[in-house]
Amino acid sequence: MDVADVAPADEVETRPKAAPAFQRRMPLDPGRTVVRVFLLAAVVYFLIPAYWLLVASTKSIGDLYDSPGFLFAGFHLWDNLVNLTKYDGGVYWRWLLNSAIYSGVGAILMTTVSIAAGYALAVYEFRAKTLVFGITLGSMLIPQTVLAQPIYRLLVAIGLSNTYWGVLLPQIVFPFGVILAVVYARSSLSREIVEAARLDGASEWRIFRTIAVPLMIPGSVTILLFAFIGSWNNYLLPVLVLNDSSLWPVTVGLSGWNQSSVTIPGLQTLTIIGALMSILPLVVIFVSLQRYWKKGLDITGDRF
Amino acid sequence: MSSSTRAVAAGSGAATARGSRGVKRHAPGPRVAPYGFVLPYVALFLLFVVTPIIFAGYNSLFKVERNGLGLGGDSHAVFFGLGNYALALSKPEFVESFGRVLLFGAVQVPTMLGFALVLALIFDTELAGRLKSALQLIVFLPFVVPSVVAALLWAFLYQPGVSPIVDGLAAVGVHVDFLSPSSILWSIANVNVWAVTGVNMIILYAALQTIPKDLYEAARLDGAGELRTALRIKVPMVAPAIFLTLIFSIIGTIQLYNEPTVIRSITANVSANYTPNMAVFEATTRGGNINLGSAMAIIVGLVIFVVSVVATVPVNRWRKRVAM
Repeated sequence: MDVADVAPADEVETRPKAAPAFQRRMPLDPGRTVVRVFLLAAVVYFLIPAYWLLVASTKSIGDLYDSPGFLFAGFHLWDNLVNLTKYDGGVYWRWLLNSAIYSGVGAILMTTVSIAAGYALAVYEFRAKTLVFGITLGSMLIPQTVLAQPIYRLLVAIGLSNTYWGVLLPQIVFPFGVILAVVYARSSLSREIVEAARLDGASEWRIFRTIAVPLMIPGSVTILLFAFIGSWNNYLLPVLVLNDSSLWPVTVGLSGWNQSSVTIPGLQTLTIIGALMSILPLVVIFVSLQRYWKKGLDITGDRF
Repeated sequence: MSSSTRAVAAGSGAATARGSRGVKRHAPGPRVAPYGFVLPYVALFLLFVVTPIIFAGYNSLFKVERNGLGLGGDSHAVFFGLGNYALALSKPEFVESFGRVLLFGAVQVPTMLGFALVLALIFDTELAGRLKSALQLIVFLPFVVPSVVAALLWAFLYQPGVSPIVDGLAAVGVHVDFLSPSSILWSIANVNVWAVTGVNMIILYAALQTIPKDLYEAARLDGAGELRTALRIKVPMVAPAIFLTLIFSIIGTIQLYNEPTVIRSITANVSANYTPNMAVFEATTRGGNINLGSAMAIIVGLVIFVVSVVATVPVNRWRKRVAM
């Protein structure tokens, strides 16, 4: 913004010779080239596995080993999709649906619970506030994977192991989501608005539902997406909790195929096309909701 | 924290101005309501964070003893004190797994955060040009790939016979082995760098965006170039965000599990006890010793806690120094 403000004044004299003006800001011109090369290398690094995955998804099992990995060979994408759908009675799509349920339902429940708690911590004064806030902050240091073993033992004890709920319920607790919700509530609402609504006779629930929630939407989308990703990524707890393969999320299914592909050769192409299909929904969601999560992260950046 | 205190002061000031009668009339609502809002979170927190920890702590103090020999005898739990902890710490493979992830973290965390910071700093200048948004998205997208799938992908790129990288290099006479005992740890680290650099870049970039732009103007007038501005102004100003990403990265490293577990299927150089978490699950599932597994999980949690606290000391000191 400031650069634009300053530019006109400079422009009068430096426009014909724009290069010196730039050099004044960037004394080392080779620096610019170094940055460009670095960016190019970074882009290649981040894209290579994705590019390889796209190419490999179109190959038959023979071409996977015999043709150059970064070049297309015979185009078998459709065959691979058909094989993926046929294998084991279409179990792959069942896994993908399970992941959608675990992540979709899980993320919505988690965001709702976090927003409500974050809102309360941001706008109310109550006796347990400091305690709840402190424990939430402290518990971010407890990794989920360390809790997985004890949670698994608990689920066995209360009869929820090998059920949808066994995977869904534990992931609703997301201390980082609560902290983000507090940050978003503080930056998007003032106590004055809440006070004013209260004087107008609105109930606490109504204030939350009609004033707070709409104002916290960009932040909520960020929390929702992070929860969704975290949950789609979930591997350890489902591995422990679910014996029944028809309840598995796609991560557990794919890693199972990968292990079996050592002995069952055809499974390699299925693992590859399955990996591609499991990433696509996430890419679509994140790219289309860019505006929201970037805004949410900007608020985060502002507060930390 | 200071802003919240100010908000409280402003709120109570407004209430006094309007007269205490109004506040009293509405007092019963706000007194109960906050508990209603936090109740679902607190209840689930108690059930799925506090209870498992207590449960694990309790389990870790017992051991199962079997009467008689083999299948016929019934089993019962007997108090074992800190015996499981002593047993866990006497297992060399468990202790070694901590050394391995600490070495991993000591290299991977600075590399990844340095990479993320450099990218964020570049995106904060005009150097990336019109492609900035697209480039940021490319760097970020690996984050949406589940770590299991990321590890699967890289596993293919490490495997001779399938990997175009290994085969391509071999064609020009360079023989690399990503899966050898000496390189495997760094091959796993690479999967992690690929997956999380982007999200850290986005967090650091968001922090960079909040620095008042007139600071740069002043620096430029003083004759500072982009590089000097970056090192002297931008990096110190985003110290809190660097701190946050550092702590999360350290926690992430110690609980390493998904990537090595997947890579294990293509190489014998990743053992079943390769990382502390893998050792916990090996003891619990295949080892069948839940009590020992619980003690090991608690040890992992304590180590993470201690390392996080130790890491905050020098960083906090640096933060205070640059803040002045």
